Amino acid sequence: MADLSTTVGRVRLPTPVLTASGCAAAGRELAAFVDLADIGGVVTKSIMSRPRAGRPTPRMVETPSGMLNSIGLQGPGIESFLADDLPWLLGTGTRAIVSVAGGSTTEYADLGRRLAQAWDDGLRPAAVEVNISCPNVANRGLVFACDPTSAAAAVAAARDTLPAELPMWVKLSPDVTDIVAIAGVALDAGADALCLVNTTLGMAIDHTTLMPRLGGVTGGLSGPAIRPIAVRCIYQVAAAFPDVPIVGIGGVRTGLDALELLAAGASAVQVGTAIFGDPSAPVRVADELATALAATGRGTVAEAVRAAHRGFDATTT
Amino acid sequence: MGAYARLRLHAPDIAERARPGQFVAVAVGDDTSSLILRRAFALYRWDESSLSLVVDAHGAGTHWLTQQPPGTVLDVVGPLGRPYPEPEGEGPVVVVAGGYGAASLVGLVARLRAQGRGVTAVLGAAEAARLVCVAELEGLGAEVLVATDDGSAGTHGLVTDLLRGLAASALREAQAAYACGPMPMLAATADVAADAGVACWCSVEESMACGIGVCMTCVLPVVDDDGATRMMRSCVAGPTFAGSAVRWSQVGTIPSDCVGAATGGDH
Repeated sequence: MADLSTTVGRVRLPTPVLTASGCAAAGRELAAFVDLADIGGVVTKSIMSRPRAGRPTPRMVETPSGMLNSIGLQGPGIESFLADDLPWLLGTGTRAIVSVAGGSTTEYADLGRRLAQAWDDGLRPAAVEVNISCPNVANRGLVFACDPTSAAAAVAAARDTLPAELPMWVKLSPDVTDIVAIAGVALDAGADALCLVNTTLGMAIDHTTLMPRLGGVTGGLSGPAIRPIAVRCIYQVAAAFPDVPIVGIGGVRTGLDALELLAAGASAVQVGTAIFGDPSAPVRVADELATALAATGRGTVAEAVRAAHRGFDATTT
Repeated sequence: MGAYARLRLHAPDIAERARPGQFVAVAVGDDTSSLILRRAFALYRWDESSLSLVVDAHGAGTHWLTQQPPGTVLDVVGPLGRPYPEPEGEGPVVVVAGGYGAASLVGLVARLRAQGRGVTAVLGAAEAARLVCVAELEGLGAEVLVATDDGSAGTHGLVTDLLRGLAASALREAQAAYACGPMPMLAATADVAADAGVACWCSVEESMACGIGVCMTCVLPVVDDDGATRMMRSCVAGPTFAGSAVRWSQVGTIPSDCVGAATGGDH
């Protein structure tokens, strides 16, 4: 069997398969199906400064090999999260990665400060994942991740207030003209690793009423349908920044899917929508990955990471 | 079963834990299916080793399910959700259902009849072919009243009109009312039960992606124990809610006084 351990920068993981933000809440519900300590880690649902009710229903539409969601980041707010959810998650022995989201650079800074206080109080997650795919209230609601200036400001605000020892991952949106440019901005602003990719914006219309099917009108497309987009984004960013750790996200349903993202340049992957169909997916995908690595004569995850670049690395360096 | 299909599954681990009002989530298609989400079905009947579901084959996934030959191995998660609460006291109860919603009440009625309680079942559907479990509930000793939208069976009209007709008799004497069916039917049932001063439990059907509480799609505004309205998950906090707690007229919206509702600049 292949050795599944891997690292994302300074963060060591027993397997390269984590849960994706928004697809495992704060871990509690999933613990009925898998031992969280055995999986790579749990990335929590993005938490904001205040409690948030989210968007109106319907919030979900199934699409070919995927789904659209417009949940709108429903959540309890950072205070409740730090009091109830994070202590529980850390107690499971898993690697907790706290996802944070803001509607302003001030909110990212505030969340960083709250996590710094929690850090001093002994609540120490393995990393923070900064979700910048949120509308920037001060910039006509344009998503931070889609504008280099806003993206830089949000990431810098979080970095300035987070504990220096706490690795900061930044999750990018694929809905940009040049993912490499945004990746560069996030790295300049202090990202230790990049998480690629968030959902891509989509929409569905009801065949009878001819009205939008989602209460929020538009929503994020996820699932196997977007995997080629994730592979492309990972590949492009990995080619431009060979030394930057990447966490691959987008349509991973099987071990072979995970292997594809590793080969594109990711050191770890997150399983998201697949969990909705199969709550045991974080364990199953890791098992399938181990089999797939062994079947191709690879004994470690590292042997697969960036494999798709190797021929090109050799010719361009 | 008329317009619906009955699916019987050998699933002893689920059957031995099953309680009336719970549901299961069934994967559809094979490993390469483009349908990636499970379909949720209320538990209809079960014994020590098997359970039955009523399937409305209205889409590609449910159609696939009904086309599988006997012996097909399915991927099923359950039992999920909270069961119907037990009624207080020892008095009779009323159950109200629309369409295949009646299936979710059969296990409850069997249990209540075994306790010796009187049960009045008020069943409605668009047409006779969409009425289910009528003979079955009669066989359990329930008094069954039927209404259809087109008059093809029972009274011509809405099930909730029939229920209103019971307001001075069976409903008023009932210890509790239980309802499963479309949202407008549940809203009307909750209203009639409240007027009659009867505790009412409604099993809702909201579209859900996961069924286990992680995706936050199946939410509706519900008044919590502390008096605050929260967007609650029907998969884990429900599917049964107190009829008086759901803000029926605001289902599909975020009430402005809901915990975490958008203020000012939030989107």
